[in-house]
Amino acid sequence: MPTPVQADLRTRLQDWLPRLVLAPSFATTLLFVYGFILFTLLLSFTGSRMLPNWTFVGFDNYQRLFGLQHWQIALKNIAIFASLYIAICTALGLLLAIFLDQKIRGEGVLRPIYLYPMALSFIVTGTAWKWFLDPGIGLERVMHLWGWESFTFTWIKSNTMAIYCIVIAAVWQSSGFVMAMFLAGLRGIDNEVLKAAQIDGASNWQLYRRIVIPLLRPAFLSAFVILAHLAIKSYDLVIALTGGGPGRSTEMPATFMYSYTFTRNQMGVGAASAVIMLMTIAAIMVPYLYAELKEKK
Amino acid sequence: MAVYLARKGALTCALLASTALAAQAEDVEVLHWWTSGGEAAALNVLKDDLQGKGIGWVDMPVAGGGGEAAMTALRARVTAGNPPTAVQMLGFDIVDWAQEGVLGNLDEVATAENWGEVVPDALQAFSKHEDHWIAAPVNVHSTNWVWINKAALDAAGGKAPETWDELIAVLDQMKANGIVPLGHGGQPWQDATIFDALVLAEGTDFYKAAFIDLDPETLGGERMAAAFDRLIVLRGYVDDNFSGRDWNLASAMVINGEAGMQMMGDWAKGEFLKAGKVPGQDFVCIRFPGTQGAVTFNSDQFVMFDVQGEGKKQAQAQMASAIMSPTFQSAFNVVKGSVPARTDVPDADFDDCGKKGMADLAEANTNGTLLGSMAHGHANPAAVKNAIYDVVTGAMNGEYGDGASAAQALADAVAGAQ
Amino acid sequence: MSAVTQDTAVSTGRVARAFIYLLLILFALFYLLPLYVMGVNSLKPLQEITGGNMMALPATWTLEPWRAAWSSAQIGVQPTGLKPYFINSILMVVPAVAISTVLGALNGYILTKWRFRGDTIVYGLMLFSCFIPFQIVLIPMAVVLGKLGLAGTVPGLILVHVVYGLGFTTLYFRNYYAAFPTELVRAAMMDGAGFFRIFWRILLPVSGPIAVVSIIWQFTNIWNDFLFGVSFGGTSQPMTAALNNLVQSSTGVKEYNVHFAAAILAALPTLVVYVVAGRYFVRGLMAGSVKG
Repeated sequence: MPTPVQADLRTRLQDWLPRLVLAPSFATTLLFVYGFILFTLLLSFTGSRMLPNWTFVGFDNYQRLFGLQHWQIALKNIAIFASLYIAICTALGLLLAIFLDQKIRGEGVLRPIYLYPMALSFIVTGTAWKWFLDPGIGLERVMHLWGWESFTFTWIKSNTMAIYCIVIAAVWQSSGFVMAMFLAGLRGIDNEVLKAAQIDGASNWQLYRRIVIPLLRPAFLSAFVILAHLAIKSYDLVIALTGGGPGRSTEMPATFMYSYTFTRNQMGVGAASAVIMLMTIAAIMVPYLYAELKEKK
Repeated sequence: MAVYLARKGALTCALLASTALAAQAEDVEVLHWWTSGGEAAALNVLKDDLQGKGIGWVDMPVAGGGGEAAMTALRARVTAGNPPTAVQMLGFDIVDWAQEGVLGNLDEVATAENWGEVVPDALQAFSKHEDHWIAAPVNVHSTNWVWINKAALDAAGGKAPETWDELIAVLDQMKANGIVPLGHGGQPWQDATIFDALVLAEGTDFYKAAFIDLDPETLGGERMAAAFDRLIVLRGYVDDNFSGRDWNLASAMVINGEAGMQMMGDWAKGEFLKAGKVPGQDFVCIRFPGTQGAVTFNSDQFVMFDVQGEGKKQAQAQMASAIMSPTFQSAFNVVKGSVPARTDVPDADFDDCGKKGMADLAEANTNGTLLGSMAHGHANPAAVKNAIYDVVTGAMNGEYGDGASAAQALADAVAGAQ
Repeated sequence: MSAVTQDTAVSTGRVARAFIYLLLILFALFYLLPLYVMGVNSLKPLQEITGGNMMALPATWTLEPWRAAWSSAQIGVQPTGLKPYFINSILMVVPAVAISTVLGALNGYILTKWRFRGDTIVYGLMLFSCFIPFQIVLIPMAVVLGKLGLAGTVPGLILVHVVYGLGFTTLYFRNYYAAFPTELVRAAMMDGAGFFRIFWRILLPVSGPIAVVSIIWQFTNIWNDFLFGVSFGGTSQPMTAALNNLVQSSTGVKEYNVHFAAAILAALPTLVVYVVAGRYFVRGLMAGSVKG
């Protein structure tokens, strides 16, 4: 039987224990995420080139950044890429999930096939797709060898079309993951609701449009957030697939930031572009997080 | 019994000697991007040499993008205060790192071995910073070469072109013969390699004013516009499938006779030799028309970082000395296709193209026409180089209507990057 | 037909079903295509690749590229193949996944069952860290690792991966535990069970599905990471760095068959994880993150 004093000490310890356990995770996040963001912000106002250097130059780097045609190309590309990538992945993921949910025989085989590209690293994805899309050794040549002589597929070599090749490879890599999220959402829907609607005479199409898709709202949101951040972070795939080319036609903000920071020795400009990227991410994420967390309170 | 004792004694001595060495010397950690067969084999010569002296080799290869990935890894290592012993590096990267004050000092071994006498001055500009030796050059590549398939050349008249007009005539004839006249890969550095030669063909003074002194008038002027016009003309002789192609695949096209010629540095020779081709018989190597007598070069150097501890410094000095030894310079460069970074190495082991390369280098060195290559980071710092890349690659991919607007863009880009 | 439609509310006709199967199979082919190309070409001798049809089956089957990729391909100055790097990767991935998952579980438990003032802000801040582009943390991370004396070591690499994985694992576990009845935890508290006891006895036993999601996610991300590995790995470079060295080599004959074999080898652990644990993955997602 503990004495009152001991019991008091124990409860007080119990009160503090959760916060103590959480503290290391939170502290590392503060340092390694927010500390580093602050560091980048400061860096973007300095004249750093090779390594950080703390001579402040005001908004010079930002001015320079928006004067660069290179950056304009990167912004245009991310707009094309992100909208197509998010739209196609979501549509395809939803479609596959709905179809797979129809009591399909062999679902256990199909599902991992759709999902596996997410498991591969960019070097693997890049090597495979680069090969496949190359007219000299890939699809075009195969078609020629199979007798379809007039077939041409040279997107990856074209200034205007190469960005769509990146969309194809990126959709290939993540649409299966989106499918899994929608499938999970579909499996979570109570069948009774659907049956009731069916008794009321709703067609399949109405059923999905009016009831199922609205119920999938959380899955849509999660998919959007995951896809949006993958799109903005997309670096690896571009490097592996086109290296930013032909010319500069597939440059993206992430590749821009990397090359200015690490290979062009203009760390200040690189940091400025990183800050712009972070602000974009925050503009998308903060309203989402706010809505999400407020709801739950 | 006596024999046994003697043997045992010898064994103990050997053991003692080896442990003594191990205690005294340390490992060298080497960051490089020579990961493919021939180069790695050549580097192995150095590794074995050092191991013979009791110095261990800790390998840190980072391939990709002509060393770009390696330079990123290096930045992380240096920022963390944990630099490797030696790092493979090119041109102005060395200058940039030296200015950060993180490099070691090789003066002692350099003076003892008299490097100042045997290393060409143009190379010393990179191996020394503020009059102190900081790097050991491994090789000299020259970049203004043209590699021609002999059979394709014979079909196109048989005479190796010496002027721009002759070059165009040969290219036209090759086109008429139904092959791709110019084998080329559309990567910024490859486009820039051709452009280097085009600017050099306008004269060494012009090249110096444009790429080394970065004179705005020259960069945006008429002669630069003419050089861009020629680049656009050359683009017309490349197949449409060129974008992103690796340079060695372009070489393979010339080797197979699919393409007529390639404008590429002397490392391309390795590809021809590996395919069993004989210089002069199966392929011809010429200087880019209009650039005979001048050489644009790049030189791989092992830059020594400021490592802590006497043992490490000693191992570093031994490594530098091993790199500079004439036997290693000869052995390595025969494999790599380049020429030695010192002028007193005998050319006996080199083939015809190699001998011509060494003679050209010596000649250019005496005449003062040995110039750092812009495309390979030996004419200006990385920020400027990449700004030039942007414009050159843009011109190659049809972003500019004519040479004059490209030249104007070049002047603007260089001004913006400085 | 009735047997098929029994369990699902949506009924489909014969033609529609045929169409659905056709479409599903077509997409399966689309997803499998790159893997097929890599697989088939990794079993051919080199001259068959450079001269031939990439879709064709090998005329001469050979396992030589696989053997070379694993144990004799030239990586740097040593012809070691991927074998030693595989071990480096394992040494890094296993602790990093274990630590980040355990911490994520504890964080999720605290943020849902031991709530305190400001816990949503703490959670929001941790969640946002999922979205930071890794390239920007490279330089400051190098400074911190240098100060800690962890630069170029495996523990340093583990630290990096744990830090940038915490946001995700916390997200998964928090959403999962949010659906777990708080009354059960309350009751246990009344009975005098402590913080860790409740976690151990009540929450952990039901955490299987979400643990699988967290482990798969972390394992894949860390195994596939290249940037951190090559920058902070020092002399114990992970598998991706070695693969990069193999496929990116700038000069010499490109041995595509070896590259493909190496690429598949490097992807094998994550592939196995996905195929074996894939079904739990969907189940875990269902129970956790998408319910939001």
